Amino acid sequence: MEISPDNIIYWTYGPLKLNATILFTWLIMALLVVGSWLVTRRLSSDETLSRGQNLLEVLVGALRQQISEIGQQRPERYLPFIGTLFIFIATSNLLAIVPGYNPPTGSLSTTAALAICVFVAVPLYGIAQLGLGDYLKQYARPTPIMLPFNIIGELSRTLALAVRLFGNVMSGTMIAGVLLSIVPLFFPIIMQLLGLVTGLIQAYIFAVLAMVYIASATQVQRES
Amino acid sequence: MDNLGWIAVISIAAAGYTIAIGSLGPALGQGRAVAQALSSIAQQPDEANTITRTLFVGLAMIESTAIYCFVISIILLFVNPFWNYATALLGG
Repeated sequence: MEISPDNIIYWTYGPLKLNATILFTWLIMALLVVGSWLVTRRLSSDETLSRGQNLLEVLVGALRQQISEIGQQRPERYLPFIGTLFIFIATSNLLAIVPGYNPPTGSLSTTAALAICVFVAVPLYGIAQLGLGDYLKQYARPTPIMLPFNIIGELSRTLALAVRLFGNVMSGTMIAGVLLSIVPLFFPIIMQLLGLVTGLIQAYIFAVLAMVYIASATQVQRES
Repeated sequence: MDNLGWIAVISIAAAGYTIAIGSLGPALGQGRAVAQALSSIAQQPDEANTITRTLFVGLAMIESTAIYCFVISIILLFVNPFWNYATALLGG
C-alpha cells in the first residue's frame, strides 16, 4: 500500500522525476483553466444562462458571501486567493471518484505548499492593510511577553493546516484500500461517499481558516 | 527476542494505543461541541448560519489532534524509521 502519491513514479529523466502528485496537480490545473475558459468565453447577461455560467456564478457568489461574512470587509481583495484555494482543494478531493486517480492533496508536499502560501499571504495582506509598523506591533499584543507565543502560534497553525488536510485525505484513500481487502462488496462505496463529504468539508475548512487568519491580521485594533 | 522483534512489537502496540487514546479526547470534545451547537440552534434558529460555520471551524481544530495521532500511528506502522534503520543494519 502506498502512503503518498509521491512514491508512484511514472517517468524519470536524469534527476527529474514525474510522480503522481505532480501529474495529477497538472491535470487539475489544466481542467480548471480549460473549464473556466470554455465557460467564460461566451458570458451572457440575459435571462437564460448556460449551465456552466450558472454553476460558476453560484460558486463565486457563495465564496464572496462567505468571505465578506467572515472578514467583515469587502471580498474583492481576498476572493482570488481564498477562491483558488477552495476550488483547487475541492476539485482535487472530489475527483477521487474517478478510478485510477490519486488525490494530490493526499501528499504532504502539496498540502505543505498550500499551507506555506497561506503563511506568506497573511503578513502580505496584513502589511498592505495596516502598514509595516502596525502589523508588527500586533505580535506584541496584548503585552510584549506574548511575542514568542504569537510567533510559535503562527508557525504551528501552518503545520496544523498542512497536516489536517493531508491526514484527512490520506486516511480516506487508506480506509478504502483496507476495506477493499476485507469487505470488497458495497461497503467501500459507502466509505467513498463519506470521503467525498469529508473532502468537500476539508476544502471549506481550509479556505475558511485561511480567511480567518487573514481577517485577524488585517483587522484594526482599537486603542482603549 | 532480538532487537528487530522488540522494535516490531513496540511499534505495533504503540500505534494501536496512539490511535485509541488519541481519539478519545477529540471524540468527547466534538460531542460536547456539537451538543452545545445544536441546543444553540434550537434556541436561536436565525443564527444557524453563523453557528454552523463556527462549529465546522471548531470541529476541524479539535479534530486535528486526532489527525496528528493518526499520522503518528501510520508512520509507526508503514514508514517506521527505527525499523528501517534496524533492517538496514542487518542487510548491510
